[in-house]
Amino acid sequence: MWFFRSPQIVFGEHALDYLRQVEGQRAFIVTDETMVQMGFVALVEERLAEAGLETACFAEVEPDPSVETVERGAAQMRAFAPDWIIGLGGGSSMDAAKAMWILYERPDLDPRAITPFDHLGLRQKARMIAIPTTSGTGSEVTWAIVLTDTEEARKFGTGCPEALPDLAIVDPHLAARMPPRLTADTGMDALTQCIEGYVSTWHNDFTDGLNLKGIQLIFEYLPRAYENPDDMEAREHMHNAATLSGLGYMNAMVGLAHAMGHALGAHFHVPHGRAVGLYLPYTIEFSVREGDTRYGEIARSLGLPAADEVEGARSLVQAIHDLARRIGQPLTIQELGLDAESYRTRIPDLVTHSEEDASIVACPRQPTTEELHRLFEYAYDGRSVDF
Amino acid sequence: MSERIPFATDAWVKRLCEELNKSERYREAAKKWEGDLYFIIEPEGRLTEKVFMYMDLWHGECRQAFVAEDENAVSPAFRMWAPVSIWKRIIDGKLDPMQALLTRQLKMKGNMAKIMRNVKAAQELVRCATMIPTEFPID
Repeated sequence: MWFFRSPQIVFGEHALDYLRQVEGQRAFIVTDETMVQMGFVALVEERLAEAGLETACFAEVEPDPSVETVERGAAQMRAFAPDWIIGLGGGSSMDAAKAMWILYERPDLDPRAITPFDHLGLRQKARMIAIPTTSGTGSEVTWAIVLTDTEEARKFGTGCPEALPDLAIVDPHLAARMPPRLTADTGMDALTQCIEGYVSTWHNDFTDGLNLKGIQLIFEYLPRAYENPDDMEAREHMHNAATLSGLGYMNAMVGLAHAMGHALGAHFHVPHGRAVGLYLPYTIEFSVREGDTRYGEIARSLGLPAADEVEGARSLVQAIHDLARRIGQPLTIQELGLDAESYRTRIPDLVTHSEEDASIVACPRQPTTEELHRLFEYAYDGRSVDF
Repeated sequence: MSERIPFATDAWVKRLCEELNKSERYREAAKKWEGDLYFIIEPEGRLTEKVFMYMDLWHGECRQAFVAEDENAVSPAFRMWAPVSIWKRIIDGKLDPMQALLTRQLKMKGNMAKIMRNVKAAQELVRCATMIPTEFPID
């Protein structure tokens, strides 16, 4: 028994106009200051006003949102008493919106204690709309929530199936103004989600097609979107690919690169997509040596040499390297610019946090503590994994 | 071939305890785990009454394991329960324990957040269980 969960998805040009059809009284927008400055909040407010909804906005979500931010936003949400929650922005804003929504409906809960096994009884007060303005996390179609516990310097993945948004509005025009660096970072996140979702031990017939299509779209359109931000065809396909990646991984699982990337992000504040994308090739090299993997199938779908699984994995790693080079992404911690000593000193903590990350539950090859330590080491200067 | 041990018996849970204590992988994966638990086997097939298998697990070690006489014999921090057929699928490696929890085929009481931070320990525990030659009370 397993589930495939998805919100209703409104996509394509002018998808944002769907907000004019929303029925309700009050909408609470959760976002960040950049979205206000870029005028995106105004676009949302205008359409909701046309639909007759009163709005309020919490524009204080930071990258890697903290538990404290979520608690602050939830308090404002309770004061406004909305019947719609709008998560507008990248993964941070959408994840923060989901967490605030839970605390709005269940003020008795500690965000750190939310788990996928709970029955929360959401939707007594409000429903949720997610509107991505980056093409990467796919958070608009997932119930996953990544928050930062500042006390423990730990990013933790949590969530609950009920926190799946009711509606996802995937309008490519909202992603068209992403700068190249953000386009690259978020695109690598989507790629990592698709690849890890495809080889996850929880993969299934419903997710395989989504993940493979996502991978194909990303290899084809991410370089174009990065090199020519006005290429709307590339923007639209990348925006759709990110949503496919969200559906593809959420209904299967992510993997080791996400566990390692979450740890790195929490300790060194590296953007999520850059962190997971950096570790992805190392985890592929590691997994294919002993794991029951399917990298060959991915490579073949991209037209790469894959006579067997090992060659397929090697081809895929090379393709990821080529893509990363083309879009200016680092392939090593050294290239990322972290100081060797401070990185190596923190490796034991990075290992601990990776092992405690639920992302590792469905890896095709589970690393031991020592192997994880070596993976972090190898990623520093780009050594090919040989264990 | 070694003799099969009947599932949901004192001998079986003690054998699991031995397997855990022999496993370096379990010791490493569960090094932060603190908490005792009941594995509750609900009747099905030839098993006619609930069985409460108790395990005291502490920092990668199994300190004690036995079948309790009734539910109130001890008050463990965690309780996991499912019918025999679900336990069989988990122990046969056909059902991932986390997927079993997520689909509520396997139910649980206790600090769920602690489980989320110890998924590797749970997987290693199940891997050790798969190594026991088991006779299940269902066909």
